[in-house]
Amino acid sequence: MNMESAKKGERTDIERGHAFHLLYEMLRIRRFEERCAELYSASKIRGFMHLYVGEEAVAVGVIDALKPEDSVVATYREHGHALIRGIPAGAIMAEMFGKVEGCSRGRGGSMHLFDDKTHFYGGNAIVGGGLPVAVGMALACKMKKEKGVTCCFFGEGAVAEGEFHESMNLAALWKLPVIFVCENNLYAMGTALTLSESVTDISKKAESYNIISDPVDGMDVLAVEKAAQKALTAVRSGNGPYFLECRTYRFRAHSMFDPELYRKKTEVEEWKKHGPIVRFTRYLKENDLLNDKDLDDIEQKIASEIEEAVAFADAGRPEPVEDLTRFVYSEGGKS
Amino acid sequence: MNTRDREITYREAVREAIREAMQKDDRVFLMGEDVGRYGGCFAVSKDMLNEFGQERIRDTPLSESAFVGAGIGAALGGMLPVVEIMTVNFSLLALDQIVNNAAKYLHMSGGLFNVPVVIRMATGGGKQLAAQHSHSLEGWYAHIPGIKVLTPATIEDARGMLWTALMDPDPVLIFENNTLYNMKGHLPANPVPVDIDHAIVRRPGTDITVITYGVGLFKALDAAEKLSEDDIETEVIDLRTLRPLDDETFLASVAKTHRVLIVDEGWRSGGISAEISARIMERSFYDLDAPAERLCGVEVPMPYAGHLEQAALPQTEDIISIVKRMVKSNG
Amino acid sequence: MAEFRMPSLGADMEDGILVEWKVKTGDHVKRGDIIAEVETQKGIIEVEVFEDGVVDQILVQPGEKVPVGTALAIIRAEGEEERPETAEAKKTTPSTEEKKAAPEKPKPQPAIKREKRIRISPLARRFAAELAIDLSKVDGTGPDGAINRADVERAAARAKKPEKHVPEQPPEKKERAAGFHEGIRKAIAAAMARSNREIPHYYLETRIDMSRALKGLETENRKRSVKERILPAVLLIKAVALALGDVPALNGYWIDGVHRPQEAIHIGFAISLRQGGLVTPAIHHADLKSLDELMEALRDLIIRTRAGRLRSSEMTDSTITITNLGDIGVETVYGVIYPPQVALTGFGRITEQPWVENGMIGIRPVLTATLAGDHRATDGHTGARFLDAINKHLQDWEKL
Repeated sequence: MNMESAKKGERTDIERGHAFHLLYEMLRIRRFEERCAELYSASKIRGFMHLYVGEEAVAVGVIDALKPEDSVVATYREHGHALIRGIPAGAIMAEMFGKVEGCSRGRGGSMHLFDDKTHFYGGNAIVGGGLPVAVGMALACKMKKEKGVTCCFFGEGAVAEGEFHESMNLAALWKLPVIFVCENNLYAMGTALTLSESVTDISKKAESYNIISDPVDGMDVLAVEKAAQKALTAVRSGNGPYFLECRTYRFRAHSMFDPELYRKKTEVEEWKKHGPIVRFTRYLKENDLLNDKDLDDIEQKIASEIEEAVAFADAGRPEPVEDLTRFVYSEGGKS
Repeated sequence: MNTRDREITYREAVREAIREAMQKDDRVFLMGEDVGRYGGCFAVSKDMLNEFGQERIRDTPLSESAFVGAGIGAALGGMLPVVEIMTVNFSLLALDQIVNNAAKYLHMSGGLFNVPVVIRMATGGGKQLAAQHSHSLEGWYAHIPGIKVLTPATIEDARGMLWTALMDPDPVLIFENNTLYNMKGHLPANPVPVDIDHAIVRRPGTDITVITYGVGLFKALDAAEKLSEDDIETEVIDLRTLRPLDDETFLASVAKTHRVLIVDEGWRSGGISAEISARIMERSFYDLDAPAERLCGVEVPMPYAGHLEQAALPQTEDIISIVKRMVKSNG
Repeated sequence: MAEFRMPSLGADMEDGILVEWKVKTGDHVKRGDIIAEVETQKGIIEVEVFEDGVVDQILVQPGEKVPVGTALAIIRAEGEEERPETAEAKKTTPSTEEKKAAPEKPKPQPAIKREKRIRISPLARRFAAELAIDLSKVDGTGPDGAINRADVERAAARAKKPEKHVPEQPPEKKERAAGFHEGIRKAIAAAMARSNREIPHYYLETRIDMSRALKGLETENRKRSVKERILPAVLLIKAVALALGDVPALNGYWIDGVHRPQEAIHIGFAISLRQGGLVTPAIHHADLKSLDELMEALRDLIIRTRAGRLRSSEMTDSTITITNLGDIGVETVYGVIYPPQVALTGFGRITEQPWVENGMIGIRPVLTATLAGDHRATDGHTGARFLDAINKHLQDWEKL
């Protein structure tokens, strides 16, 4: 089901609680990212930071459908994925503040969020670099006959890298339980897809490796969710990998220090009109599933969660410099 | 496992080590190009496909980046993969996975995720395979914090280092010099795993220390034999591991002999020989009667013509003449 | 009141130029509104405000370049009173970056069995060999008792003979002169100390009958005006110059362990300074100059030396040095060689002394000439020949 198919007034089969949940999660990401922008501008977050504003429906729609035993491999634009997967907002914020209470002890920063409890394997800064690792994790699951699925997120820029093609081939060849989620936001940093790919139909590329591929409206959280569920069912049945091409758009720049010289403001404004939160909110309201007071409640809850996260991060402490050379090799390891 | 002392080749020792590991632990599997049906480029995994099946002796496409990354992912996912990269020359295609992922996950995650992958590769020149097939880059890899770099020279080490490497929680790279596979030697009756973080004095001496690893060991030992006829007693140290380097062993040797020559098939500029020389300078300056010297591969892409190739590699005769000069000089 | 600040958009952004305001004072703004454009090295970036409120005051005008963190405008909350002029400056959030280098964890020193062996740097070893210092008597102050050059120098200083009389220093009161003269004092001290440490001196002396030379000089001088008179010192300089022609081994340097005799003869002549201290500027090619020319050169040098106007080549070119303290009254001069020279000739006061010639005693004006020689470069035999040569030349004074 997606929002287009449900007309106003028709009885929808989306359950109210679940609808709230989806909206809540998307707004949560949105407000978190906006707060990050503010904190970065005030120099509290440093390095490179890549915000997910506009793409929330993809992380929410896919990750919400995952099970606890599944694993997630993501990119450097992974705040939203980390939040939805269950890493506490405070741990993420503290990580970006460089504090030891961060999910990676302050060692990673915005681009390298990791968490073992939620099987969140980064946070990878090399475009395309996470795909082979995701393939390997799926391989381990298969060899150990475990039920988990590996879910690998990457941008459309990655399809230019050799590692993408090698990974598609290997996953398909060995029928591995991995779902590849390509977040096609049309721009790899400042380069439009049409300027870098001879074939811009990304789903087709996956199909060329004999992988079932679904193009999805990435701005429609219900559509994403439905596609993800279908994909996961297929993968869990042992049929091999699945590919989702989620067509989306980022409303903000690639990273904080980007004057967006490569795209027109009018294009951005146009996409914003069809943004995931705008659309879903309108859809819910039209179907009497949401009113303004609900929205206020949601916003307030989210605001207070975020402020707590910031306070947690502020109160955190930097890791002692004496510990600098820890975590190069395992501690308590044999050698 | 054999119980009698027996003659065995280096290749067979490596094969035995992999077989034993796979028999002992279901998590271990071998993955790489032509390891299965072909039996391994250097015949290391010959007949293993029949024994273990294609899930565990896994042929890969020519996708170094993907299958090395997959090894990393499989290690993260709880397996103990032995990834075989045909040679160090092709490992360059997987550098992103090795340097940006394997070496970094533990640190980037603040200690959450270690990567217990073992990556084996053949290395070295000497077979007229020319420039793109003759590198010795193990010293280069030894530059990277987060991985371990082993260079087993002896059959005992080829046999015994693999298990220790597999049990290590961190990524371990094992470099097997391609000219050693045919080498014959003896294995003790019950081969046991050996440590992977110490150098060993293979031949004691008093006049000069020769520090080396890999195929250099045998050239140094040959040289030491001949030098002995001239009353020059050479202490030969086999590094066995390039990262971590076992300073204590070679510094103690330098303190004893006061002269040192480092032999390395890799190039000298910024190589492991430079690192060893720097450590000797820093910690044993006052033990030296002469500057530490290095005999390295000549800095030229490996030529095809046989005589040129041999001239580009450190040879026993070179070791002999340099040692003679060093021992006779007055510092 | 809240401050709208120049944002940090990246680690390498240090400042930005406010290009355009999209709002003016009194405008209402919402969190997320783009209210300004800023130019950075990457291009023009739109900047959003993170507060809801009213623009109270614009602080930075278009065209101004300001560092990251600078307040650009004041936003007051809705309903808040308008405040005149500037709000208090809030402290800019300090960067949390720390760039302290991690201290190296000291590696424990292994218990390595070392044979008894002297730990000494190659430099120190060479130095000790030159000075013939017994290394077992040297205390090393380097790591684990390693010996370095300074340690060998100290040992050499302890081992040297008791204090020699160093008559170079004029008996005038040495005033503490500031600046330039202090510098000269220090340089001399360093040179003297070094000479004593590094150069194994041998000493020879001989007495020279100056009667013929002085008588001849007196006769010559009477023919001249006072201005043109030649000082006895000039005779000595010339005699030394000619003697060096006979015994060239003493004319030159000891450098880097090698004796380097020089062709050209440049005689350094010790000149005392009124303020204290001594310089030894060179008279170039002394052997080629006539007595008149030497006198002229000497006079010129003395004047310029005292005026502090010597050329650097004059300071460094001497191949031997003469020190002549005879006019002050010292009879015998045991000097210290100026490195890298290999000899120093000293002349004392000419005194009337008994002299035996042809079995007859007479009283003659006698000059004691001494030679301090660098034993690495020459030995006593050579030195003796040199002094003998000086004597001969002074006897044959017309040929000077």
